[in-house]
Amino acid sequence: MTKQETGPRTGPGPAPGHARPSVRRKSAYPYALYLPAGIVFLVIFLVPTVMAFYFALTRWTLFDSEFVGLQNFQDFLAEQNLRIGFQNTIVYAVVTSGLKVVLGLLLGVLLTSKLRLRGFLRSVVFFPTLVSTVAVGITFAMLLKPQTGLVNQALALVGVDGRDWLGDATTALLSVALVDVWKGVGLATVIYIAGIMSIPQEYYQAVAVDGGGAWHRFRHVTLPLSWPATYSVIILSFIGGLRSFDLIWTMTRGGPGFTSDTIASIIYKQYQAGFFGLSTAGNVILFLVVTAIAVPLNYYLGKRQVAA
Amino acid sequence: MRTLKRFGAESVAFVLATAIFLVPFALMLLTAVKDPKQAIDLDFAWPTSWPVVENLVAVVEARDYVLLRAYVNSTIITVASVALLVVFAAMAAFVLQRRPGKVARLADFLVLSGLIIPPAVVPTIWLLQALGLFKTLPGMILAEVAFNLSFAMLLFRAFIAAIPRELDEAAQIDGCSGLRLFFRVIFPLLRPVTITVILVSSVNIFNDFVNPLYLLPGDDNATVQVTLYNFQSQYNTQWNLLFMDIVLIMIPPLVLFVFFNRKIVAGMTAGAVKG
Repeated sequence: MTKQETGPRTGPGPAPGHARPSVRRKSAYPYALYLPAGIVFLVIFLVPTVMAFYFALTRWTLFDSEFVGLQNFQDFLAEQNLRIGFQNTIVYAVVTSGLKVVLGLLLGVLLTSKLRLRGFLRSVVFFPTLVSTVAVGITFAMLLKPQTGLVNQALALVGVDGRDWLGDATTALLSVALVDVWKGVGLATVIYIAGIMSIPQEYYQAVAVDGGGAWHRFRHVTLPLSWPATYSVIILSFIGGLRSFDLIWTMTRGGPGFTSDTIASIIYKQYQAGFFGLSTAGNVILFLVVTAIAVPLNYYLGKRQVAA
Repeated sequence: MRTLKRFGAESVAFVLATAIFLVPFALMLLTAVKDPKQAIDLDFAWPTSWPVVENLVAVVEARDYVLLRAYVNSTIITVASVALLVVFAAMAAFVLQRRPGKVARLADFLVLSGLIIPPAVVPTIWLLQALGLFKTLPGMILAEVAFNLSFAMLLFRAFIAAIPRELDEAAQIDGCSGLRLFFRVIFPLLRPVTITVILVSSVNIFNDFVNPLYLLPGDDNATVQVTLYNFQSQYNTQWNLLFMDIVLIMIPPLVLFVFFNRKIVAGMTAGAVKG
């Protein structure tokens, strides 16, 4: 995104001022075209976002609010499960986006190769992204049941003792994260497929001339030149992971105990309990966390993208 | 020998992909057509009886036909918000791409923040209530538009960058500018990316669970995703009906997928990779 900013200025477009500089004509691109999008975005998105900073400081019933200062933040941060929720949010985002990058890249390479079943496999991998997260969550909660679930039955066939994946505090969060990867890796793969396909063939030919093998092609051409795809996948899935709520809510409700709670699920629990100010304080915290991570990440990745 | 090895590798890929990605769907389908007793097992046993129609009717009739209302609601929300989204985002992306400057930098920043910032849900409820739009379809529609604008603009913008400016200039010479330039000349050219935006955002909005949960509570306003909770309770879950419901609400995205499979992938990547 940082790249785009410099785009228009360095580009060979018309000089600033357009057509005839002497006559100040109306631009062919009136700012009025921004209006519909701008109004909806401003009213429905920005106003609540800004108001959140105020309401987070109040005891709030939607109808009145009483200013309580930083009390909500104190309460929210004092909540013993918040530390877990915070950790979980980060772990979840790192695990899901990391796996999506690795698996997406591998699948992308595989599905751009001369495989005969390429078309079929592409569809199969992409298919889960179309199904609602709730449906996926419900189905996998069934598949992961300790005694009756298919996952453990399959594991038993090869002699491995499965466990109660979602009921066990040590595995609950990771199990949900893996399901998230199952559902989301199709999108990552598609992004990689496009990235890999846009690499000019000459580079591969050059490697062939130098006598490089498959590993060489991957290491020195595909990997560095699919960087823009990696950038998109990381940003999309990392931010998605930080905010993720529906899959966790459907599969574990934050349990067992609070061990798979994330910031988003804590926000929902406070909202359900009627603590609107507290819930909003949670939202402000989520906002700060996401921004604190996404902005430097975007900047760093954007810089590397230009360099690559 | 070499072809044999390749054939082997391809078979392995096929079996693995099928097992990992399609088995869960097979389970959904099988359970959806079983009788309640057999459905409890949640296994791959072949159905002993086929109460397909009975299950279907039971799901549709449950809770006073809530599924039908939900289908209507979800369809209205999806169609209306996607329509607004496409027009609004394409217009804004067009000016943003064509007219650099301070305003564009601000717009750029807002698009980025729309991608990053998690919506402040409770204040959104407060705002919609103040506008008289809380628990209404128009309120939900506007919210979906606002939440999906940034991504749609990103896709449109990347695509518009590839449309030569000479085209605008030619149209201007013919006396076309502003709204007319956009709707007569540019918008028709955006068709490939428009299809992608329509597909991606309609799947997104149709499958949305979180926002209706907050902004559209109540049985009258149920959306299809929320109906999935009708057949689950702490003590008793009607698995066959639950999975029949899942199958039913999977159909619309599936139909889109079957018809537009290639286009989704092609158009989405055109925008996403350039990010």
